[in-house]
Amino acid sequence: MSVQAQAVDPTPAAGLSRRSFVGWVLGGATLVTAADLTLGRGVARASVPSGPQVPELYDLEDLQTDAALPTSQLITVTMNDDGTASFELPRMEVGQGITTSTAMIIAEELDIDPGQVKVGLAPARPELIFNQLTGGSNTTVSTYTPIRVAAAIAKGALLDAAAAELGYAADQLTTRAGVVSAPDGSSLTYGELASKAASPRTKQVDVELKKAGDFSVIGTARNRDDALLAVTGRKKFIQDLHVKGALPTMVCRPPTLNGSPKKLRNKKKILRMPGVKNVAIVDTGVAVRAKTFGQCIDAIRAMDVVWNPGSVEGESDRTIMARLKKAELPLAVPDVPVLADQVDTDFEFMFRSSAALEPNGAIADVRDDRATIWAGLKVPILAQENIAKELGMSIDQVTVNVITGGGSFGHKLFSDHAIEAAKISKKMGKPVKLMWHRADEPRQGRLHPMATSRIRATMLAGEVLTFEQRNTSVVTDFSHGLGEIITSTIDEAPTEVGRTLGGLGFSETIFTLTQELPYDFGVVTQLLNETDDRFNTGSMRNIYSPDTAVAAELTIDQMAAKMGKDPLEFRLAFLKDDRTKAVLEKVAKEGNWGRTMPKGMAQGIAIHKEYKGSTACLVEIDCRPRTVDRDIYHAVTGPRVTKAVFAVDAGLVINPRGLEAQMMGGFSDGLALTLTSSCHLRNGHFLEASWDNYFYTRQWNIPPEFECHIVDSGTDQPGGAGEAGVPSSAAAVACAYARATGTMPKRFPINHDELSFKPKSFVPPVPQSPRDGLKYTY
Amino acid sequence: MPKQTFIVNGERVTVKVADNVRVLWVLRDLLGVHGPKYGCGINVCKACTSHINGKAFNPCSVRVGDLERDDEITTIEGLPDTVGKDLHPMQEAWIDRDVPQCGYCQPGQIMAATALVNKVHAEDREITEADLDTIRNICRCGTYNRIREAVKQGASKM
Repeated sequence: MSVQAQAVDPTPAAGLSRRSFVGWVLGGATLVTAADLTLGRGVARASVPSGPQVPELYDLEDLQTDAALPTSQLITVTMNDDGTASFELPRMEVGQGITTSTAMIIAEELDIDPGQVKVGLAPARPELIFNQLTGGSNTTVSTYTPIRVAAAIAKGALLDAAAAELGYAADQLTTRAGVVSAPDGSSLTYGELASKAASPRTKQVDVELKKAGDFSVIGTARNRDDALLAVTGRKKFIQDLHVKGALPTMVCRPPTLNGSPKKLRNKKKILRMPGVKNVAIVDTGVAVRAKTFGQCIDAIRAMDVVWNPGSVEGESDRTIMARLKKAELPLAVPDVPVLADQVDTDFEFMFRSSAALEPNGAIADVRDDRATIWAGLKVPILAQENIAKELGMSIDQVTVNVITGGGSFGHKLFSDHAIEAAKISKKMGKPVKLMWHRADEPRQGRLHPMATSRIRATMLAGEVLTFEQRNTSVVTDFSHGLGEIITSTIDEAPTEVGRTLGGLGFSETIFTLTQELPYDFGVVTQLLNETDDRFNTGSMRNIYSPDTAVAAELTIDQMAAKMGKDPLEFRLAFLKDDRTKAVLEKVAKEGNWGRTMPKGMAQGIAIHKEYKGSTACLVEIDCRPRTVDRDIYHAVTGPRVTKAVFAVDAGLVINPRGLEAQMMGGFSDGLALTLTSSCHLRNGHFLEASWDNYFYTRQWNIPPEFECHIVDSGTDQPGGAGEAGVPSSAAAVACAYARATGTMPKRFPINHDELSFKPKSFVPPVPQSPRDGLKYTY
Repeated sequence: MPKQTFIVNGERVTVKVADNVRVLWVLRDLLGVHGPKYGCGINVCKACTSHINGKAFNPCSVRVGDLERDDEITTIEGLPDTVGKDLHPMQEAWIDRDVPQCGYCQPGQIMAATALVNKVHAEDREITEADLDTIRNICRCGTYNRIREAVKQGASKM
């Protein structure tokens, strides 16, 4: 369907209620309806006094939702003659459940079963400009209204067609489960009406959306639409696709971070190895294409490569931390009475890997006059632009297909893998199926930057006068498109927000747009300073907030202690936001806050406010030696969180089962960030090369008891979910650990100083697969 | 080039490939059996977990030349046939508990879970929290609690 409609002012016309919108029926042989993806932007925000922090007025969600205003952004719902509806979502599914929730939103307005809605992923659509970025937990926030509008128009057109067929006025007809019924009992299915409802030409129509009180799909628990495919092994990831001639391809990578190949000394020998077809030098290493990935690994291990130095030769955790310390912004001690109590804290956060279980990979078929790419990409438009630039092609010569990802956690915001595959395919003159080795991921892949967080709080006579937080971080790379969104959108922000953000860099802007401390702490300032851009970094799930929340909530426990108050009592006394209070009260009640625990065990409690919602987490941790030292084969054990109680207010919830899944996953991430997962930089390279080196949460770390409570605050707008579970989880675990051990941890994760594995070789850069697997059957 | 013969999901197959190629690549790259996933290649992440003669193993760490002609490999694709149904009870439990998020680790998780439950049942006992703690399969989406619930639920139907 290529009928293009005119863009209109997306602001609802005067007099129209918030449920009334304008959209289109597109000209064609079957019913296709469209809405502008920019619909649903909130009403103009009122000017407010200077007290609140920026995210209270305007946050990253608003920025992303506003980002598309100047463009015409059509999304379409198609009715098929088998009674199903189809929709291509201009976002990427990476496990967060957006195809399922999107099907539910469409089903709600159309009155059909969600199973009858087929939601696919749109390929790169350059005309969407900034509106095809999956990130910031923004998908449902930004697409909820436009998708409903398109679906509601489709239902209206079906009703009009049925009215003509059945001889009744449209408002006398009812719809249910994909069937339109007339008062006399006659009926027609949506499938029968799909082509009759089609319009020969594009026309604009007004539409009224369903009242929230009439919802029967939204808010009900629904399993994932791809669960059957996933559990039968039929769900296709990038490495499972068959593209003719695209043989397994891997890259021999440099021994130090961001090194580059100078020369392959034994090319002839490598080309004679079993299965090996092609070898090519690219800027990131020496690529090999072979019949199997195993033969690629053999070839990589046999390569004799001369390397150029990397970007951080000789550097280590210690030297990078020293640079950060030098760059720390001073805490501006405010003018407070001399009798005021002061709490000063200082925390360090190590490098962490955002790698998913599915390693980086992409298929590329680059020909002389065109290129086709298949990859998991959260910003496919930018990938398309960058690939075109790299190949010396125009954008319309490059097709970029978005494939569902095996996890992202921020990793797939960048198109490193797709660009690398395109370069290799061009150089070899063959289609390639590129896959990174696991060892490549922590060693050369994107990381969450090392950072410090310092806090100074002052208190007097039971009041908090000031709370200053200063984060200092290795540079976070935002060159995946969010940076461009900011440049182009910041002028759209309310005036006072624009003034605050004007002149800040991308990172500082994102920090300012995401950090909000919902406590009445007098003068609150939270600032970021960055230094050192030599690392491969990115926005790992929830960007700055896990570190910021851990630092703030640990400090708040210290402040409470200084005032002689219980951590819960102190938080409830100072929280200024009712939604946050409600989730905190929920976990305190459900988790039985304050119950007596044995020595070496303790509870911890923490909150976080972001993504137009609030979360709270209560955990119980066991730090007794017999637990810490429990023996599990080749495992890092350490303290065990034995129970976690989580509460979330995510605004209007589309699919509670999906929301709960995101909180569970967010908790696992937060647990790892605080207790176990980090990368060690030594002498210019990261040591980790395996999941038994990089200790993401495993079964032996997980609390046997986990509960998630969804708290409804009655709002009619959805909030974000994908990242919302991480910060209060990380913070609650840190607070519990501090209370159980009597010592506040200052470096995260807490086990970072203990290197509990023998690093794998750097030359060759990948380990050989073992041969003894049959010894370990069970 | 040697010929390798073994059984995959009930069918005898013969592949021409060198002895030292690991079974994972023979399955994925040569036979097009994509259920077992790559996540590390060194028997750590367990994403490729499948069964050999009814027991869990990791094909990334077994040379194809070490397979015998009558060795029966079962991948996630062949699991339902082992119980003569459309879905194995463990797969049903997985769907019922809405376990998968991205889904990448789930074939390996389910194959590991069924083998673990079979082992525990062979010892004439029920699965415990301590048994669940020994499952090494990484789920980077962190849906571990639902995995634990599903293993227990699946075990009750096995």
